[in-house]
Amino acid sequence: MYSLLGILAIVLLVVILFQLSKATELVGGMEGEEIANDRNNKLQAGLFLLTLVFGMIGIFWSSYYYSEFFLFLKEPAAEHSALIKGMYYQTLFAIVPIFVFTHILLFAFAYKYKQDRTRLAKFYPDNGKLEMFWILVPAVVMIFLVYQGIVNWYKITGPAPENALVIEATAQQFKWDIRYSGQDGKLGVKDISLMNPDPDLAKGEEMNPWGQNWDDKSNMDDFFAADSILLPVNRPIKVKINSLDVLHSFYLPEFNVKMDAVPGIPTQFVFTPTKTSAQRQEELNNPEFIYELACTELCGKAHFNMRREVYVVEPDVYEAWVKRQKPLYQTLKEATAGDTTEVKKGVAGI
Amino acid sequence: MASTDIHVGTDTHGHDGHDDHHDDHHEELNFFTKYVFSQDHKIIARQFLVTGVIWAVIGVLFSVLFRLQLGWPDESFPILETLLGGWAEGGKLDPEFYYALVTMHGTIMVFFVLTAGLSGTFSNLLIPLQLGARDMASPFINMLSYWFFFTAGVIMLISLFIQTGPASGGWTAYPPLSALETASSGSGLGMTLWLASMAMFVVSSLLGGLNYVATILNMRCKGMTMMRMPLTIWAFFFTAILGVLSFPVLLSACILLIFDRHMGTSFYLSDIFINGEQLRNSAGQLIEGGSPILYQHLFWFLGHPEVYIVILPAMGMVSHILATNAKKPVFGYGAMVYSIMAITVLGFLVWAHHMFISGMNPFAGSVFALFTLLIAVPSAVKVFNWITTIWKGNINFTPAMMFSIGFVSLFISGGLTGIVLGNPALDIKYHDTYYVVAHFHIVMAMAAGYGMFAGIYHWFPKLFNGRMMNKPIAYLHFWITFIGSYCIFWPMHYLGEAGVPRRYFSFKEFDFASGFTDLNIFISVAAIVVFFAQFLFLINFFYSIFRGEKMKSLNPWKSNSLEWTTPIVPGHGNWPGPLPVVHRWPYDYSKDGHEFIPQTTPDSEIEKIPSSERLEVR
Repeated sequence: MYSLLGILAIVLLVVILFQLSKATELVGGMEGEEIANDRNNKLQAGLFLLTLVFGMIGIFWSSYYYSEFFLFLKEPAAEHSALIKGMYYQTLFAIVPIFVFTHILLFAFAYKYKQDRTRLAKFYPDNGKLEMFWILVPAVVMIFLVYQGIVNWYKITGPAPENALVIEATAQQFKWDIRYSGQDGKLGVKDISLMNPDPDLAKGEEMNPWGQNWDDKSNMDDFFAADSILLPVNRPIKVKINSLDVLHSFYLPEFNVKMDAVPGIPTQFVFTPTKTSAQRQEELNNPEFIYELACTELCGKAHFNMRREVYVVEPDVYEAWVKRQKPLYQTLKEATAGDTTEVKKGVAGI
Repeated sequence: MASTDIHVGTDTHGHDGHDDHHDDHHEELNFFTKYVFSQDHKIIARQFLVTGVIWAVIGVLFSVLFRLQLGWPDESFPILETLLGGWAEGGKLDPEFYYALVTMHGTIMVFFVLTAGLSGTFSNLLIPLQLGARDMASPFINMLSYWFFFTAGVIMLISLFIQTGPASGGWTAYPPLSALETASSGSGLGMTLWLASMAMFVVSSLLGGLNYVATILNMRCKGMTMMRMPLTIWAFFFTAILGVLSFPVLLSACILLIFDRHMGTSFYLSDIFINGEQLRNSAGQLIEGGSPILYQHLFWFLGHPEVYIVILPAMGMVSHILATNAKKPVFGYGAMVYSIMAITVLGFLVWAHHMFISGMNPFAGSVFALFTLLIAVPSAVKVFNWITTIWKGNINFTPAMMFSIGFVSLFISGGLTGIVLGNPALDIKYHDTYYVVAHFHIVMAMAAGYGMFAGIYHWFPKLFNGRMMNKPIAYLHFWITFIGSYCIFWPMHYLGEAGVPRRYFSFKEFDFASGFTDLNIFISVAAIVVFFAQFLFLINFFYSIFRGEKMKSLNPWKSNSLEWTTPIVPGHGNWPGPLPVVHRWPYDYSKDGHEFIPQTTPDSEIEKIPSSERLEVR
């Protein structure tokens, strides 16, 4: 009811403005179109100048006001973040002055060269030297930025170091599951055709939620993070990223980690966290701060709700946590025959 | 320079073989063949324009509806339930339908409004008129191109009302989400209809594009060399080439997706475990061997040229309008032409910058990064040339001029963030965040949209029988839209800097995304204000078609180009007599003391032009 009234009120306002405008045009017609036009040109030119001044002030003030949320202004929490931050500063160094300078020229020229019936514009169709200058300068700047960009890109997407901790993230609608390799440091082989999250026990089927091939003994100590995902600080982490159903994207905003999860094509991202959760909490003066894992490729209805918590801890805390985790194999074996609820409770994510 | 035996405007029959028998085969036209299935390019232009405007209202309305959710996630809005029924029970938008609205908004705006509504309208209107041709190379194909667009629209409209809802996997429609009915209700019949609509749309664009290229290459009047064409035509020319070469690839992407959806193939699908079992087709075969990344390559092979298809016509029109209203030649005509050419060529080589994070080989990423940052160079040249065009001009701020100056501002703003996103190392940070949303809205919704407004305000008299749009309302429309749309999209950069992902129904679930309640309200309020401000335009537009002030002179903007040499109401065939003859390029403004020198003026007749010789150049 109120929305309808509100819309009617707005339409009425628009009609009123329209009538006012027609009246203005009539008045302008009476006093002579040229005079009305000159007055309007001065007005519009002045408005452009005001826009320039207040627009620039607004942009710089609001950037400053919201800067507390800008990730790149925080201390880097991953090793490669320094590369990205440096790259961004170099880019900003090029584009911010261009933004300001070209806008000043655009709006100042619009103001200064507003119509004056006592003069003629300058017939200036081209200037080869000027063109060459502003082809070459942007080209040089772009080549520099591209070169830096590609160098950094190769550094970030390069192979994982030998001592990397390998974990596996599997996405599905609508959750993430993280598999760790356990004490043997090796993730076991999986096969989608072995997957059986909901077995028909009467037929003697065994539960195998992730399709782990138990012939590969490395599978037997693999565990899934039940809730918190722990990572050791200052150690390279190679995340192998999979998806079961549709495209998802593995996204750790604080660590500049992002890579699509593609069904049928494993992807990966290698990074080294350099700030523990505790350190970050102290830095931000926020004891409730938690690193978060999100999905950032539209995957359906609950795309916005695929959250996991990540904790970066000292290596000894991490090792202690690993020792406490129960391998999935053990949980599956311990489940009494026919009692799948027990298994389902113990199995990560189901 | 002019030969002595040719007068202005007179042409002997040499060029007009087409002209002579044009009148001969004029059968009796009935209401349908004259106004509905018209083969007159001017009527077809109007059809594209009005259809585009209607779709724009629908598309922008959808964005307002989902901005209600994003601005006030805890509120319920009865109007949502009124409009959307069960999809917004209790006034709260269903997340599935939120994604449907987002998908439809993108699809409608990019394809129906900014491609058909922008290119379709102005290529059709201006190519024959600015080149001195009676009509397009094939008026029949031209008519088909509109009606295929209309059909595409009808199919898309139908998809809004079906039970499982319209397509909801984003305008990019990535599989497997868009391929699997069980993954999302919008991937059912809604997606089938989306694909059918896109197929019709591709046909429409191809038919139009072929016609534009053929007309520009073959039907220029005497004296109209390629380098004497207005920049609008150069822009439409390269836009059509872009479309003809890239739209078929979108069609192929859609066809393979149709096969995967309905015929058990696995072009895009592999190793999928959904609904508790491994995916098989209806013949029981395992679905394996396909790649979702293949779809992305095929889609973006069109998708990237598509954004140049959106912006180039706007660039061409803005160049022309800036020159006309500043009474100065476009600075660097040659460089402007070569920039459009460079953007076209490079535009085909950059598509996978949308896919840096897709999982494709990083080496591929580096190749595309190189070309992407190179394409910034011709774009920069154009910006500097526009600014130099208005330097030392004598600017008349018509509504079209306002939107053209606004265009340059927005292209600078949006283009510069493109340089950030084109860098793969930085794209790790900004991909799929609001930084991208800010970038593409500023260059498309704003810049290209402003080009469309500028074109409408400038060429309204040519479209609608010599009538003008009301000016004071137009200025109000400009200022509210300009300030308002910057208020909508500029703050999205801040959301992007904080890492807030795009295509999120709600930000409350994540700490890192939930700190922007006030900013999201600000954006939503701005969106609502700008939406309603468009009614200033809409009422002006539709009212002026019937009751707008008639133009008092043939050439109200004192423009040099040929479209202003037709009668106030150009009939079928545009010029009642012979076709014009061109003696110069379109940008002789303020030359040798003359404010403007129309293209049809030979040197011998220059004295007949109103002279401004008493004025000094300052």
